[in-house]
Amino acid sequence: MPQPIRESVLPNNMSNKLTGDLKPFAWLRRPDWQAPDWKALHKKWRPWLQFKVIAGGGTLTIFVLLAVFASLVAPFDPNRQDLMMAMTEPQYFAGPHFLGTDHVGRDILSRCIHGARVSLVIALSVVVISGAVGVFLGVVSGYFGKTTDFIIQKLVEVMWAFPPLLLAIAVLAFLGQGLAILIMALTLQRWIPFCRVTRANALTLKEREFIVAARSLGATHTRIIMKHLLPNLMQSALVIGTFAMASAIIAEAALSFLGLGVPPSTPTWGGMLADGRTYISTSYWMALFPGVCIFVTVLAINMLGDALRDILDPKLKRSGAR
Amino acid sequence: MIAYFIRRLAGTIPVILMISLLVFLLLHAAPGDPAEMLAGDQASEADILEARARWGLDQPVLVQYWRFLVNALSFDFGRSFRYDEPVMGLIAERFPASLELAVTATLLAIAIGVPLGVWAGSKPNSWVDHVGSIGGFFGISMPNFWLGIMLVLLLAGSLNILPSSGRHTFGVPDDPVTGFLLIDSIIGLNWESFKDAMIYLIMPAFVLGINMTGILMRVTRSSMLETLSEDFIMTARAKGLDERAVIWRHGFRNALILVITVVGLEFGALLSGSIIVETIFSWPGIGNLLLQGLTSRDYPLITGVVIVYTSLFVVVNLIVDLCYAAADPRIRLAK
Repeated sequence: MPQPIRESVLPNNMSNKLTGDLKPFAWLRRPDWQAPDWKALHKKWRPWLQFKVIAGGGTLTIFVLLAVFASLVAPFDPNRQDLMMAMTEPQYFAGPHFLGTDHVGRDILSRCIHGARVSLVIALSVVVISGAVGVFLGVVSGYFGKTTDFIIQKLVEVMWAFPPLLLAIAVLAFLGQGLAILIMALTLQRWIPFCRVTRANALTLKEREFIVAARSLGATHTRIIMKHLLPNLMQSALVIGTFAMASAIIAEAALSFLGLGVPPSTPTWGGMLADGRTYISTSYWMALFPGVCIFVTVLAINMLGDALRDILDPKLKRSGAR
Repeated sequence: MIAYFIRRLAGTIPVILMISLLVFLLLHAAPGDPAEMLAGDQASEADILEARARWGLDQPVLVQYWRFLVNALSFDFGRSFRYDEPVMGLIAERFPASLELAVTATLLAIAIGVPLGVWAGSKPNSWVDHVGSIGGFFGISMPNFWLGIMLVLLLAGSLNILPSSGRHTFGVPDDPVTGFLLIDSIIGLNWESFKDAMIYLIMPAFVLGINMTGILMRVTRSSMLETLSEDFIMTARAKGLDERAVIWRHGFRNALILVITVVGLEFGALLSGSIIVETIFSWPGIGNLLLQGLTSRDYPLITGVVIVYTSLFVVVNLIVDLCYAAADPRIRLAK
């Protein structure tokens, strides 16, 4: 007859598992339970508790939430016209139109909230696509070197030779407008910083012992790139992605401002600004608030990116990537 | 140095070839017949035939590209159908205005951003540093088209101290020599015309340069911080040098290289920004011209402006690289 295991024989933290979970919250009363080491935790998370992360991240979170729940939060349909109420001044809490209305009586606040959705979705897709393309080309370029590297670097050089917004304008002018073309036009040059930094990092990483070890163990190139190189390149890519997001939001707004962005019926910050410019002498609020949205969002992302760079990849500061 | 220059110049040739190829491909990827596009909306059958022959569109693709390249390299982009004038003439007429604006914006950005950056960098964690770094963030995040509209509203509208658009007051005497109003007025010793041009230039230039100002401020600050912690600065201070000499002669000189690089890198962004800023301030430059081309789908005009802008950017990059090599011998000797 097997002797039942007595609790006292076992180390304290194993007793519950072996004797059956008779007291589900026993671990709470465990005598060796220790309070978290607040000092160590604080030390670990200290870099994240700075103003730039909290203010930037907080503001960005608010805008993301507004964008996601736009149709719930916005007081009006962004495209509902009400000519009787056209060009109402901002009423703040005194009336239904918090930030006033535009020249056809659409609610500015609702359009700003829906504009956040358009701006953030476009910017995010641009960053994800250009990040994927840039990191892939960069790692391939840095890892394989030789002809591959030469060709990819020539491509980088040529694409970099265009003034940033001009290429996007040319593409949209010749190929016509549309969401897909807009995203493509904005991607055309945004992959380059990803590619450059990833390549430089891959060049130094591939000489490291763990890569040599993996190769001598017979790992394929694909495996080395996927399992050993990419995880080490992600932090820089994340930092660059943040700044690319900020510049993509500005570029999208600029193109919409020029009338080259998404169709005019879609509420965008840039498009609202273009309308606002026409009526600037009579109704300043049409141009003020969408611009504030662009500025605050971009400022938040830039601050967050700056902090991320300091925490994750301080080397980038010198490389001129912003 | 000369060898470096030649090597660098040769390096731009493939870039220029690829740029022209890209624009050529864009023209061909556009929906519709390129000949019809290049001839314009109201073109007759004969016009289309003429455009087809002019751009060699009845030839094989490679020949077409060759034609396009020869035309582009001789800056012959055909006639604009909005203005019914040769595109090159239109561009040449407006180019000085654009260049004047872009160069003034750059100089203004350097004049504001660099001293503030040096000031903030030499006093880390002081109030100057905090204000400067917030200002830097504002500068890099500012959408300049919005700032432009708001400044027009404030300075030209409410306060009425600066003109909202244009390049000079109608009737102020000017004697065009170079087309750059500031230089012309200096050559002609025309103080009134200089003041007038300056008043019109200052707001667009500030707006156009705002992003570069922010970036320069931040870059100068961080590179000053880095330089000032080096040993030779301690030596300089230990020698008993005046603090101003330490900061400017020893610290700033070393930070200068990064400043040159940033100016070069950001000049492209500034050029693209000028398209929008020129539109806002009705500045008679090629950015404004491009936008008019866009609204009337004037393809020869768009092609011409895109190629001119890009060539300008390539030239600027070349100049920046040369300055860079002149400032730091390690660069021209490498490779």
